[in-house]
Amino acid sequence: MSFLDYSPAPESTSILKLQKQYGLFIDGKFQGSRGKSFATISPATEKTITKVVEATSADVDKAVKAARVAYDKVWSRMPGSERAKYLFRIARIIQERSRELAVAETLDNGKPIKETRDFDIPTAAAWFFYYAGWADKLEFATGGATPQSHGVIGQVIPWNFPLMMLAWKVAPALAAGNTVVLKPAETTPLTALLFAEICQEADLPSGVVNIITGAGKTGQALVEHRGIDKVAFTGSTRVGRQIAKSLAGRSTALTLELGGKGANIVFDDAPIDEAIEGIVSGIFFNQGHVCCAGSRLLVQENVHDEVLSKLTRRIETLRLGDPLDKNTDIGAINSKRQLDTITEIANSGEVEGASRWSSSCDIPSKGFWFPPTVFTGVQASHRIAQEEIFGPVLSVLTFRTPAEAIEKANNTPYGLSAGVWTEKASRMLSVVDKLQAGVVWANTFNKFDPTSPFGGYQESGYGREGGVAGLLAYLKTPIRTGGRK
Amino acid sequence: MVSASQALAPASRASSVLGTDLSEQSLRRYLNGLPRVDVIGANARAGHFQTRSLKTETKRQGLDLAIRMVDLTTLEGADTPGKVRSLVSHAIHTDPLDHSAPSVAAVCVYGDMVGHAVEALGDKHVSKDPSGISVAAVATAFPSGRASMKVKLLDTEDAVAAGADEIDMVIDRGAFLSGRLGEVFDQIVRVKEACKRPDGSYAHLKVILETGELATLDNVRVASQLAILAGADFIKTSTGKVQPAATLPVSVVMLEAVRDWYLATGEFVGYKPAGGIRAAKDALRYLVAVAEIAGEQWLDPHLFRFGASSLLNDLVMQRQKMTTGHYSGPDYVSVD
Repeated sequence: MSFLDYSPAPESTSILKLQKQYGLFIDGKFQGSRGKSFATISPATEKTITKVVEATSADVDKAVKAARVAYDKVWSRMPGSERAKYLFRIARIIQERSRELAVAETLDNGKPIKETRDFDIPTAAAWFFYYAGWADKLEFATGGATPQSHGVIGQVIPWNFPLMMLAWKVAPALAAGNTVVLKPAETTPLTALLFAEICQEADLPSGVVNIITGAGKTGQALVEHRGIDKVAFTGSTRVGRQIAKSLAGRSTALTLELGGKGANIVFDDAPIDEAIEGIVSGIFFNQGHVCCAGSRLLVQENVHDEVLSKLTRRIETLRLGDPLDKNTDIGAINSKRQLDTITEIANSGEVEGASRWSSSCDIPSKGFWFPPTVFTGVQASHRIAQEEIFGPVLSVLTFRTPAEAIEKANNTPYGLSAGVWTEKASRMLSVVDKLQAGVVWANTFNKFDPTSPFGGYQESGYGREGGVAGLLAYLKTPIRTGGRK
Repeated sequence: MVSASQALAPASRASSVLGTDLSEQSLRRYLNGLPRVDVIGANARAGHFQTRSLKTETKRQGLDLAIRMVDLTTLEGADTPGKVRSLVSHAIHTDPLDHSAPSVAAVCVYGDMVGHAVEALGDKHVSKDPSGISVAAVATAFPSGRASMKVKLLDTEDAVAAGADEIDMVIDRGAFLSGRLGEVFDQIVRVKEACKRPDGSYAHLKVILETGELATLDNVRVASQLAILAGADFIKTSTGKVQPAATLPVSVVMLEAVRDWYLATGEFVGYKPAGGIRAAKDALRYLVAVAEIAGEQWLDPHLFRFGASSLLNDLVMQRQKMTTGHYSGPDYVSVD
């Protein structure tokens, strides 16, 4: 046996105690529904994990009403310092139950346990800790104006970072004094339901957080509900556009965090070995199911061959397989549907004339998998250079001058993320300044911190999450009546 | 400063790699052209190897590999022939309870102990048994390297004449840090020549960079390349006398250097982290880094060594645990 064929090192699932069937979490308790139940499966094995229910519009109505009562009677009247205590408590319980949450997330989503253990769950806890600290200091965010919460927030989150996206949405909303109705993605409801248990464990007042499961129809019923004061959505640009249309003409506030086609720009004076790591993390982290993925590699022409040969060599060492194995680097694609999308767009790359290279890793027979793939010879007009693939597929383009790099990087309808690799500080500053992207990473990629705002330009959406900006998104725009004292 | 004509003499290989005549200037230009190292990125890469989880068969295989790659070392002022004989015995029979346990790669001693080590090894010396144990000697005014070139060369020749199979030399860190790269290069070339035996063969040369004194990872990368270019068979982190000694981020950079050299020339250069690696768990992480950065070809005593003393016993105890199912404790391994 070769040393690199590491023996299996699976994380035990025994810590996870699941119900056979979950109801909807409304008004502080799990409730039945007339909606039909559906299975949530593990994309790595296609086995059913548990069953959840598809919330009907009556359920949505019930949840919004519960959130309204909780807002009017309890949460909006509670001093910020008291709200903070609940948020701190939730953050600590997430930490205490982190192993259980990591296992649940990995089972339900298909992403490697090392990512849920070292990234998703710790980041979710960090978000609650950070916004807990803001709850009694809102005037410092509004510049002295009296902070005003919106009321009831409808939140719809995607399947790529289920618990983390929940934390990004719920923590600032509650800190600002709102109550929420949240719908997790159809394929990844598990950690949101465990989060409902955490709310109970934290004694959070009933109705402050409501979790309703379901698919697109449930989401639509939620965002279009007349009792909602603000909608926060993270997901595809197509659905984001629909939501914006359906809310047009209403006073409902809206923030959208949508797709991206991030450019990772590598100059010839970059720290090459670390840049390779950044390229790998940029597109293969979470199987490329990352809205801010560095899915377009822009590499300076004179180092193209060197970068590509080092990159493919590195990708060959990535381990694809059982997401619960602690040595797995690349997990399963979240759903059959997503796998079909990735496959279809990747095939178009070959048809349009780009050269395809894929890792020679073994693909398991069950489940949904896609090997790490790199396209070279990509032209800006190719679909693989334009469309968000949301999978482990990298498109490589070249440039010759900084101006050309900037032009190509900005040549996208999106504008969520970018990365720049150079050891020359003056070049770094001048290029970063000209990139149209909500977040630009300098000599690194995919780094997140609760203090740092995150969001996009153009079709990547509007509004910011994280930091003070993310808090203000959950407060009404302050009307300044005078100077700050 | 060494003048180009006399200093950079037997260096046609280096010259062809540089693509120009060898001079202080061309050497500097070449080394400054190497990619820089981003410290945060290198640390993150090192952190990745710490999260690998080695179980069952892989762990067993790793422990045996690690034992086979130890340079069992004693470098104390108080060393005696008796102490060296005891070390040699431990090197051969690494586990007193299980003679199927592998032997180490080499014993590493000061120059005056080489003869005693060769004698104690007897038939197990690599000169008698190709799969036997080598004798490595530290030389060139180890650990500081502060002596005249004449003394350094004599130190080396003396150890080789006494039967040393491998020479662990130190670079002149003072010269390196003050930018006299040609001088460092030249010294390595000359020590390598001093490794030549009367029959024309060479003792293997390990070049110690003393990374704990080089301060930056960029310097580590440059010094690695410089040593390889000058003919090092191995590049080695530390003497063990300076803190920090071997670390994973430094290893990431040095392993990238030997990998890049192999990709550019097809030649294999070995890597030896030394000092500070005491736990089997840490040793296994190094094996992971070696295999994932350089490649599995490097998991071989000809291309990878641990410079260590107390590490061996922890490896043996973990091996006993894998074999018997329970921990034996420090009384069931030999103290040196």
